[in-house]
Amino acid sequence: MAVSAIFGARVKRREDPRMITGQGRYTDDIKLSGMVYAMFLRSPYAHAKIVSINVEKARKVPGVIAVYTGKDLENKLGPVPCAWAIPNADLKVPKYMPLAVDRVRYVGDPVAVVVAESPYVARDALEQIEVEYERLPAVVNQEEAVKPEAPQLYDDVPNNIAFHWSISGGDVEKAFAEAEVVIKQRIINNRLQPTAIETRGAVAQYNQATGELTVWMTSQNPHIHRLLLAGIVGVPEHKLRVVAPDVGGGFGSKIHCYGGEAVVAFLAKELGRPVKWMEDRRENYLATIHGRDHIQYVELAAKRDGTILGLRVKAYANLGAYLSTASPGIPTILLGTMLSGCYKIPAISCEVYGVLTNTAPVDAYRGAGRPEASFIVERMVDILAHELGMDPAEVRRKNFIPPDAFPYTVATGLQYDSGNYEAALNKALELVGYQQLREEQKRLREQGRLIGIGISSYVEICGLGPSRVVRATGFGLGLWESAVVRVHPTGKVTVYTGGHPHGQGEETTFAQIVAEELGVPFEDVEVVHGDTAMIPFGTGTYGSRTTPVAGGAIAIACRRIKEKAKKIAAYLLEASEEDIEFERGKFYVKDAPERAKTIAEIALSSYLAGEGELPAGMEPGLESTAFYDPENFTFPFGTHVCVVEVDPETGEVHVKRYVAVDDCGRQINPMIVEGQVQGGVVQGMAQALWEEAVYDKDGNLLTATLSDYAVPTSADVPRIETSSTETPSPHNPLGVKGVGETGTIAATQAVVNAVVDALAHLGVRHIDPPLKAETVWRILKEKGIAK
Amino acid sequence: MPRKKRVDRRKPRAKAAPPTAQLAKINVKVNGVQYSAEVEPRMLLVHFIRDVLGLTGTHVGCDTGNCGACTVIMDGKSVKSCNIFAVQADGAEILTVEGLARDGELHPVQQAFWEHHGLQCGFCTPGMLMQAYWLLTQNPSPTEEDVRRGLSGNLCRCTGYQKIVEAVLAAAEQMRGQQQEVR
Repeated sequence: MAVSAIFGARVKRREDPRMITGQGRYTDDIKLSGMVYAMFLRSPYAHAKIVSINVEKARKVPGVIAVYTGKDLENKLGPVPCAWAIPNADLKVPKYMPLAVDRVRYVGDPVAVVVAESPYVARDALEQIEVEYERLPAVVNQEEAVKPEAPQLYDDVPNNIAFHWSISGGDVEKAFAEAEVVIKQRIINNRLQPTAIETRGAVAQYNQATGELTVWMTSQNPHIHRLLLAGIVGVPEHKLRVVAPDVGGGFGSKIHCYGGEAVVAFLAKELGRPVKWMEDRRENYLATIHGRDHIQYVELAAKRDGTILGLRVKAYANLGAYLSTASPGIPTILLGTMLSGCYKIPAISCEVYGVLTNTAPVDAYRGAGRPEASFIVERMVDILAHELGMDPAEVRRKNFIPPDAFPYTVATGLQYDSGNYEAALNKALELVGYQQLREEQKRLREQGRLIGIGISSYVEICGLGPSRVVRATGFGLGLWESAVVRVHPTGKVTVYTGGHPHGQGEETTFAQIVAEELGVPFEDVEVVHGDTAMIPFGTGTYGSRTTPVAGGAIAIACRRIKEKAKKIAAYLLEASEEDIEFERGKFYVKDAPERAKTIAEIALSSYLAGEGELPAGMEPGLESTAFYDPENFTFPFGTHVCVVEVDPETGEVHVKRYVAVDDCGRQINPMIVEGQVQGGVVQGMAQALWEEAVYDKDGNLLTATLSDYAVPTSADVPRIETSSTETPSPHNPLGVKGVGETGTIAATQAVVNAVVDALAHLGVRHIDPPLKAETVWRILKEKGIAK
Repeated sequence: MPRKKRVDRRKPRAKAAPPTAQLAKINVKVNGVQYSAEVEPRMLLVHFIRDVLGLTGTHVGCDTGNCGACTVIMDGKSVKSCNIFAVQADGAEILTVEGLARDGELHPVQQAFWEHHGLQCGFCTPGMLMQAYWLLTQNPSPTEEDVRRGLSGNLCRCTGYQKIVEAVLAAAEQMRGQQQEVR
């Protein structure tokens, strides 16, 4: 691979000039001539029968164009599909209509939609709709919901259990029989609200003459949305264009298919006018997916020297009221397969009950299953260390998969591609000054100060993923990625990628890849994404897959272009192909470097295509389309260390230091890598300390505004100290692994481990997040520390 | 135990029909341009800026004054334009993100956000830039702590704030340097 200054450089992002000047174009910025506005009426009850809906008064509000109820649309729209049919789990997929028809199952379930000349009028009209509900008892907690006396959400889903999934590898019974120590712990992985600052929304326009329907929407994966919307709305896929313009953050919440966007598309077709709908924040919190919400019963078997023998997990996943697009796979496949963490654990078993409750649907949120897995593993390792009186770093070292063991197949069946876990741990401990910190902790503890040090060594499964494997898990589509790299006659390059970055900066890093591969100036490369009319089918941005998979596709397309260009160069230079060398955008004759042709010259020649310009019989043009299906996942890893001080009087946790050492393979743009890590760490820290979606027992979401849901501010969070090691992925064309979810997969348990460590001498072994001051204060009070 | 059916008799009554809105005339100067318009008294300033004037750089992330994506400068003060009615801006002078750059040259705050990777998805960015701009007019030499407190009314979900804070500190330094040059 050619070494150039561009790959690995801290290049300023080319996304930024439009965004810092107010010229970004987000879905809500789209205004079309004749556009009207939709707004949804949502259920105020968590569980109720719809007895009647009267929309007559709403229809009479001046400026109202149409009002539809669930019954009106029942035969006009198909159900919202669930696209991850996990096998061997007795999966039951209840019918999920875009608008509820005769029963509502969570607060926020839409029952009617109003279309009006202005959003203000639409809101007025919503208040004129009369709905008579017959309330039913609700259940919001997954362990409550599986009890025989619990309210039943569906007639055909007994005990609200949508699936029972399990995985196991190695002899778990034997591991526990031989164990010298068995640790048991119930762990709650708290429910979260993703909170992209841009809410969800869509604008749809229908051309009655051509039958073309265009939907601009807040999407992480426009082609998947096109495919699913075509099915729900009944518009042929080739007549449906989905455009995801600039997207204001997703964190998983804009992967999924929801009823709202489908209704907007239907309305545009039905009414013959462009229709816009944007959620307000409350609606976003009520009806866009939530994340995590797992209750886990964990058992770890070990020897007294710290060697881990086995891990057993039984978990209850709250899925909410309907099965969202990927929801069955998140708490199962993406959790259970990753339970080995960074360690040689010979025997692992995991069973998960997927439970329907009267809450918003739960699906992939940044990390999606892997944070829940790494939290289990890293908490249990810490509890084991505490139990054995060993240093938590030592227990980790003792069990790490050694660097020479890769590729390494873990008990759950995954083959980790590459890793050097101890190197990352050592680097993190060195950066934080671990030994000194331990001594200081001891000294300050004697003065009554509560200092804690938390370690999290994590590995994540990214670069989703080899299609054969993901299809075998029941995922509804292969997870390859497409790229078109087009060299224009002037040598300028346009890249069309099936990924759809929405903050991750790939308009920049993909141009860096092309600049490196083709040796063209960075400025000469344009990256296009997000429009199904312009790019081949792509599978989108999530699962830390865009850089390894979409980036891999681009690299392969570039290499195919170089192969063709080399042939043309040989022809033009009247040399044999074997004698042609390539460097920095130039093909030259090995022994006569002055005889050279640039990519631009070759491109022009390939389009002119005359005698002496293109070898006879060769296709004109210089472009390539690649569909890259990776042979394996990638497995980024690292160690994070958090240092906290707990206020003994108030229980407040102060994060004093946070060191993150991450290995995402080769880095295309270290500045962007740092940004991904810092942002992710703060989200993970927020799960540990502040954020929690709370429903009351009747199913009211108590955290439905930004005043109640505790997203951290700049004043709440510390500086994150970042560093890295570099262990390239051996199978990825670029050696890259992905970094988008690292922070949330690593950080939560680093912080929780630190707080528990601060209180360990008081006999505290585990605290469920979020570790709000009140929670910690209650413990301190019980232990006689706080007054 | 069979539960009693709870039929909701409260909700079905529709609220009183909305009053027909009288339009109010307002004059507002935005980014140096004088505008006059007739608006509903209940129209939020952010909707006036976005939907009436077409300046879509100012974003809406909540409508409860929490996220700060809609931050603009009104008569020299940083305000959240989702918490102000357009009629309250009658006679006011407003600066939005579109007015930050002058003569095609980025404002030092914009330049610093670009150089220091102070944005990812870009959605909070306009509000964040305006708040940073205002902060530096109030305190040209802020400490990191000052910046963190000064931006705490603006939420960013992508960056973890670190590079935003670095950008604002760098912009402050740059602007102090420019002041020196002028002297």
